[in-house]
Amino acid sequence: MKIGHPKNFWGGVLFAVIGGAFALIAKGVPGLASLPGYSMGTPARMGPAFFPFWLGVILFGLGVMIAVGGLRHADAGEAGRFPKYHWKPILYILGAVVMFGLILKWTGMLIAGFLLVIVASIGNPEGYKMRNVVLLAAGLVTFCALVFVWGLKLPLPLCPPVEALQSSIPFCRG
Amino acid sequence: MGELLSNLYLGFGVALTLQNVMYCFIGVMLGTMIGVLPGIGPIATISMLLPATFVLPPVSALIMLAGIYYGASYGGSTTAILVNLPGEVSSVVTCLDGYQMARQGKAGKALGVAALGSFFAGSVATLLIAAFAPPLAELALKFGPADYFSLMVLGLIAAVVLAHGSLIKAIAMIILGLLVGLVGTDVNSGVARYSFGLPELIDGIGIGTIAMGTFGFSEIIRNLEQGEKREVFTKSISGLLPNWEDIKQCAWPVIRGTTLGAALGILPGGGPTLGSFSAYTLEKKMAKDPSRFGKGAIEGVAAPESANNAASQTSFIPLLTLGIPSNPVMALMIGAMIIHGIQPGPQIMTAKPDLFWGMIASMWVGNFLLVILNLPLIGMWVKLLTLEYRYLYPSILIFCCIGVYSINNASADVLMAALFGFIGYTFIKLEVEPAPLLLGFVLGPMMEENLRRALLLSRGDATVFFTRPISLSLLCVAAFLLVLVALPALKKKREEAFVEVAP
Repeated sequence: MKIGHPKNFWGGVLFAVIGGAFALIAKGVPGLASLPGYSMGTPARMGPAFFPFWLGVILFGLGVMIAVGGLRHADAGEAGRFPKYHWKPILYILGAVVMFGLILKWTGMLIAGFLLVIVASIGNPEGYKMRNVVLLAAGLVTFCALVFVWGLKLPLPLCPPVEALQSSIPFCRG
Repeated sequence: MGELLSNLYLGFGVALTLQNVMYCFIGVMLGTMIGVLPGIGPIATISMLLPATFVLPPVSALIMLAGIYYGASYGGSTTAILVNLPGEVSSVVTCLDGYQMARQGKAGKALGVAALGSFFAGSVATLLIAAFAPPLAELALKFGPADYFSLMVLGLIAAVVLAHGSLIKAIAMIILGLLVGLVGTDVNSGVARYSFGLPELIDGIGIGTIAMGTFGFSEIIRNLEQGEKREVFTKSISGLLPNWEDIKQCAWPVIRGTTLGAALGILPGGGPTLGSFSAYTLEKKMAKDPSRFGKGAIEGVAAPESANNAASQTSFIPLLTLGIPSNPVMALMIGAMIIHGIQPGPQIMTAKPDLFWGMIASMWVGNFLLVILNLPLIGMWVKLLTLEYRYLYPSILIFCCIGVYSINNASADVLMAALFGFIGYTFIKLEVEPAPLLLGFVLGPMMEENLRRALLLSRGDATVFFTRPISLSLLCVAAFLLVLVALPALKKKREEAFVEVAP
């Protein structure tokens, strides 16, 4: 059978899966030690599972309704087509963010921020000029250090957590 | 009346201290700057700058955050008029006639009318808040847990009914938001729910993390894949002040826009977007010659601009009186209040009158500052418009990352924000608006708590929601709204309201 409106169908499936997962985790899966579930309680004394379980069930139901609607939909053609993902910007932008999160504590903001700007700029589908990107990165990192760490005193590590660096370069101490 | 004046006096006493005027100015300026730049909205901005307010006293912090909000919704109109790109969703309709005016060499006039109309609307809305907030807050003190629960149900239903797009998807998104809001330690049992043993999830997911992921990162990816095409009118911006002829032409549209915007702003889910769309539609219907619209009609700028400013201000009413957010930005404001140790709700007015009235008075101050910022300094904002996106988005990204990290000093939050960026992108791709997610997220724990208390008081009897008069009437309104939208005739009308303005 052909799916009339794949966009709605898969959107519904997504909601149903998430809702189902929330409900299952709240209730617990018998025989699965990693998912023991939370106590359901009674309506008068609601346990931690009560509210999320029923919300999960409702979300599952809504997801199924959306999915069935998408399945039965007359062929929606272009409007219903499953969207095309543009992986280049997704991978570079989110990759840059993940990298920033992973290395920040080890390298400090100066290096992590610099690399973030470089990687994110490479992800521009319209191309980039390395010289400009490096200048931009250097400028932004300096600006952020001055405003956020020096000005607003946010406890953000600037340099790698190496004693020799911290004590010899006053800028690193924020 | 005397009370109103003394309250306003107290408020201005707080808002006009040098420190608070300065933070209001910073907020409005940053807001305008961000609003002018296309591709970054007030939600991402406020969450980005949230950590920056940690060092401030709560009043100053909230004044600054509020300033960012209405600065941003105002700044969007400059972009709409000069570039034909809405800086914010609420200025989509301003593009229609504002840009045409700019092409006819009347950019200055359009900007001037937008600024003065917004100022008028902002001043009226400030007075409205001052007049209506106290009685509403008093009423809210009579609310029991069951009433609160029903009120939140109504709020969420109204939010999806008034928003555009698919109703069922929006409801599903709200429920997803409620569920995500429950992640973390349950206050009553101490059980860490949905934390999967990760210590980072025990305290729950931060609102800034979600907001920056779904509204910051996913927007950047969207903008990059679409590429940019813009034509900026940067030359010949003169004649900002409207002449007598323009004032006569715009007076009624501004008043109508203000009224409509102020009314719609109070409604949950209403907010600036609905206000400006409706005001435009109304003007077009009332015009003697509707064909002028879309070709540079000055009313087509004046009315929606007044409406969106009035609405962004009155949307503070449910927040300040009931502690319930009416739109995602207000959800973020609640998050900010909690971070600053203020429990939002009707007790704010009596417990912290200086904060309550100071914030209200600061809105007028902020609107005044907006006029100053936007009329003489328009040249500066226009320069910003020439900034290329390829330099802009890495800057947004690094500010966002530092912001997410700084809220809890947690690298895990940055990783989580990236995950939400992907989730948000997926939802946008599937044509599901991510905005209700944030609303649900804030309300999740509140709804659970009130449901729990209501059922505890009634000993598990769920009919309590139908036997208490306040709760019953709120639920009836919610049901009525749902039926109303489901009716085929009205469904068409609702779609029309949003489609009409599309060129």
